[in-house]
Amino acid sequence: MSKDLGWKVGGAQGEGIESTGDIFALSLFRLGYYVSTYRHFMSLIKGGHTNGKVRVTTENKGHHGDDLHILLAFDQETINFNFHELVDGGFLIYDTSIKNVEVPENDKVNIVPVPLTDIAKEAGSTIMKNMVSIGATAAIIGLTPDDFRSVLTDRFGSKGDDVVESNIQAMQKGYDYYKANFSNHIELPARPALRPERLFISGNEATSIGAIAGGARFLSQYPITPATEVMYQMVKNFPKLGGAVVQAEDEIAAVMMAIGANYTGARALTATSGPGFSLMMEALGLSGISETPLVIIDVMRAGPSTGLPTKTEQSDLYTIMYGSHGEIPRIVLTPRNVEEVFYFTKEAFNLAEKYQCPVIVATDLFMGMNKWTVESLDFDKLQNNRGNFASQEYLDSLEKGEYKRFDVTAENGISVRTIPGMKNGRFVAMGNESDEVGVEMEEAELRVKQMDKRAKKLVGFDDIVGASYVGAENAELLLVDFGSTSGIQREVYEALVEEGVSVGHLSLARVLPFPTADVAPYINAAKKILVTELNSTGQLAQQLKQFVGGHEKFESFLKYSGDPLLVREVLAKAKDVAASLKKEVTL
Amino acid sequence: MATLADFRAEKPNWCPGCGDFTVLAALQKAAANIGLEPEDMVTVSGVGCSGKISQYMGSYGFHSLHGRSIPVATAVKLSNTDLTVVAAGGDGDGYGIGIGHFIHALRRNIDITYIVMDNHIYGLTTGQTSPTSDKGTKTKTAPDGSTDEPVHPLQMAIMAGCGYVAQGYSGNLKQLTELIEGGMKHKGFSLINIYSPCVTFNKVNTYDFYKQTLVNVDEDPSYDKTDRFAAIKKIEECDEHLTGLLYHSTEKLPYHEANSNFPSTPVVKADINLDQENWGKLIAQFK
Repeated sequence: MSKDLGWKVGGAQGEGIESTGDIFALSLFRLGYYVSTYRHFMSLIKGGHTNGKVRVTTENKGHHGDDLHILLAFDQETINFNFHELVDGGFLIYDTSIKNVEVPENDKVNIVPVPLTDIAKEAGSTIMKNMVSIGATAAIIGLTPDDFRSVLTDRFGSKGDDVVESNIQAMQKGYDYYKANFSNHIELPARPALRPERLFISGNEATSIGAIAGGARFLSQYPITPATEVMYQMVKNFPKLGGAVVQAEDEIAAVMMAIGANYTGARALTATSGPGFSLMMEALGLSGISETPLVIIDVMRAGPSTGLPTKTEQSDLYTIMYGSHGEIPRIVLTPRNVEEVFYFTKEAFNLAEKYQCPVIVATDLFMGMNKWTVESLDFDKLQNNRGNFASQEYLDSLEKGEYKRFDVTAENGISVRTIPGMKNGRFVAMGNESDEVGVEMEEAELRVKQMDKRAKKLVGFDDIVGASYVGAENAELLLVDFGSTSGIQREVYEALVEEGVSVGHLSLARVLPFPTADVAPYINAAKKILVTELNSTGQLAQQLKQFVGGHEKFESFLKYSGDPLLVREVLAKAKDVAASLKKEVTL
Repeated sequence: MATLADFRAEKPNWCPGCGDFTVLAALQKAAANIGLEPEDMVTVSGVGCSGKISQYMGSYGFHSLHGRSIPVATAVKLSNTDLTVVAAGGDGDGYGIGIGHFIHALRRNIDITYIVMDNHIYGLTTGQTSPTSDKGTKTKTAPDGSTDEPVHPLQMAIMAGCGYVAQGYSGNLKQLTELIEGGMKHKGFSLINIYSPCVTFNKVNTYDFYKQTLVNVDEDPSYDKTDRFAAIKKIEECDEHLTGLLYHSTEKLPYHEANSNFPSTPVVKADINLDQENWGKLIAQFK
C-alpha cells in the first residue's frame, strides 16, 4: 500500500482543468481521505499551461507533496512540464488526439494512451473528456465511477438527472477502456474512517468563514489575485446575516471604508495581496493613531510590484511588520494551516477591538487558493468579545465634555471607546496627534504621553501563542519557519528524525508582537539554525537575529521562484547543515 | 431637542476672515434646523484647513487622511444608516488626491452630504496651485501662471448622476445654510461646493471678487433645477460663478435602498454571533 497518492491533471487554461481537479479531489475527500491540492495557473483567462495537483493521504499533511503517481495530460505541454515528476511505477494517461504526441523515454513509467476526446464524443460531448480521464484513473486506483457520483450530482444535478448520468456514463467508458486495454494498478493509501465534521476548504474560504464567525459584518475590498475569493463568500453569506459588502474603487478606499465601518461599530475587514497592501500603508497608520480597530488580510503573492500575480511567496514580511510611516502598535498573525487561518481570522476581530489597533492576518497564495482537508472547525470556540466599550450608563454619569476617548491614564493604554449614536460619547477620531479628548495638538509632553499610551497596549501580549516547537530538548539543528511553509517543514523534520539527527522544528504563528520569549530558548540552545522561507533576502532570519541574536548560527533555505517548497529540496539543505554539525564535533 | 450650541465644539483656529468660519456656522445651523441630535451625526473630514472642521463641529467626527473623507463617510453611512453623515474637504483634498473617491461615491449614490470648501488654493501648505485654480493663476508652484485646466466639480457631479448639486458662498450664510439643509435632507449623494475665500494666500478669488461675479439662481424663478442640461448650460454661461441649488432630482434610490442585498436594519445592529443553524449552512458547502 502506498503512503500517499499524487495525481495531477494538466491542459490549456479554460479547458476545464480546475473542475476536473475539483471533482477528483472532493470525491476522494468524501471517501474519507485527507486531500491537499495545488493549482498551478497563470495570469491569463484562456490559453497557457495550467494544472491541478491532488495529494491523497491517510494522515493530515500540510502540503501537496513532492511525488506524482498519476499524470493526466490533455495536451503536449502537460507532458513536457510534468512528466519528470512521475515516480517509478507511475502512470501517464494522455489523450491520443494530441497531435504528434511526444512522450519521453522512461520504461519505469506506465504509458497509457487513451482516446479521451473520441470516447467523450461517443458519450455525447467532447467536454466530457475529463470524465473519461477520471474513469481511467478510477480503474488504476481501484475505485469505480460510483465513487464519484455524489460530487457529480451536486455539481450537475441542477441541470437534470440525465446530465449527471451522461457524465457517469463517460466516466464508465474511460474505466472500461482502461480495463480492456491495460492491467497495471496502483493501490490507494489506507482509507481513514469517514468523519462528517471534516471540511474540504481553501485558505481563502477559511478566512471568510473565520471572519463571519468572528462577527465581521462589513467587507470592503478591491479584487486582486489571490485574495478575491475572500469576497465571494461574503457576497454569498452577508445578506442573510445582516452584513454588507462594498466592492471599493481601489485598495485605499477599501481600507478607509473598513476603518470607517469599525469606527461606526461594525466589525469590518478588508482583504488584499501585496500590491494592494502597499496602497493601504497610510491608512494603517491612521488606524493606529486614531485607535480604530482594523482587520486586514494579506494573501501574499510574489513581488515586488505586481510581480508574479499567480505565484506564491512570503516576501511581504517586512511590509506587514514595519510598513507605514511613524510608529504604531500592531498585531501580525501568520497562520500555519487552514484551521489556524480560520481561528486566527476569527480572533483578529477580538484583538482589533480589545487593543483598538490594526491586526494583520498574513496568509499566502499557496494557503489561500488551494483546498485542504481539516478535521473540524468550531465557530463557538473563541467567544466574540468587544473589548473596552463604554456603556450608555457610564456616559450618562459623566459631565458634558468629560469623556476622554484618548485617556492617557487608561490601564494598559486601552481607553474606553464609544460609537456614533451614543449620547455624551462624542469624540473625533484623529489622524493628527491629539490630546486626551481628541483635539489636535503638538505639545511635546502630551505627544510623548499619547505615544506611550499607544505603545503600552501590546506589552506582554500573549493572546495568540507566538510559536510552537516539536523536537528533542536542546536539539542541535533547529528548523524555523512561519506561515504556510510549516506543513512541508514538518515532513522535513520527520525525515531527519528518522535519520537520527538531533533536530527540532520551530514554527512562528505571529510576528508582531515578536514572540521573542517563545523562540529565544530554542534559538539559544541550537547549534545550527536553518530558516526556510519563500523570499530572497531571508526576512524571517533577519528578524530572529534582531530580536534574539545568535547571528553566527543561522543558515537559510530561500526559495523565490514562485513555486512552493518541495520536501526533498529543503531536506537536502537540512542534511548538509546537519553534516556540517557532525564535522564540527569530530574536529 | 438639540440647540445650535450643542453643535459647537472646539474654537476654530482658522485665519481671521477665513471663509471656512461661515461654512462651519452654516453646517451647525443646518444640523440644528433639521432637528438632529449631535450623537446621530458624523462629520468626516480629510486633511488641510478644511479638514479641521470635524473638530469644530459638535457631532461625532473623523479627521481622516488627505483626500479620503469620502470612503470613510461611505462606510459610516453604510454601517449605520440611522446616522446623518457629512463628508467635508477642500478643493485640494477632494478634487486633487480624492477625486477618484468623489466620482465613485456619486456612482454609488451613497446617502451622504459632501461639502467642499473651495478656495482655489492650497492654504495650509502655504499657497500652491490647487485643482480648481483658474488657468493663469500665479502661485509659488506656478510662478508664470498655471496652464492646467481646472477641475469642474459641478459639471462633473451632474454628469456622473448626482441628484443634488449646489454651490454656496461664504459671504451668504443664509443661502449656504439652506443649501446644506437641503443636501442633508436629500436621499442620496449631495454635493455642495462652496466658494470659501482664503484671505491669506488667494488675492484673486476674494469676497469682493465673488460679490461682483456671483449669480444667484435661487432668486431666478425661471431657472429649472430639474433639467440636467439646462443646469450645465447655466453653469458654463456663468463660468461657474453662480450660487444656489443647481440641479435636483429624487429619481435615484440611495445605494443602501437600491441594492436589494443590502440589509434593511443597520449593519451595526446585526448579531455578531452565529447560531448553530447559520453555521451549519455556512460549512455545508465545504463537505
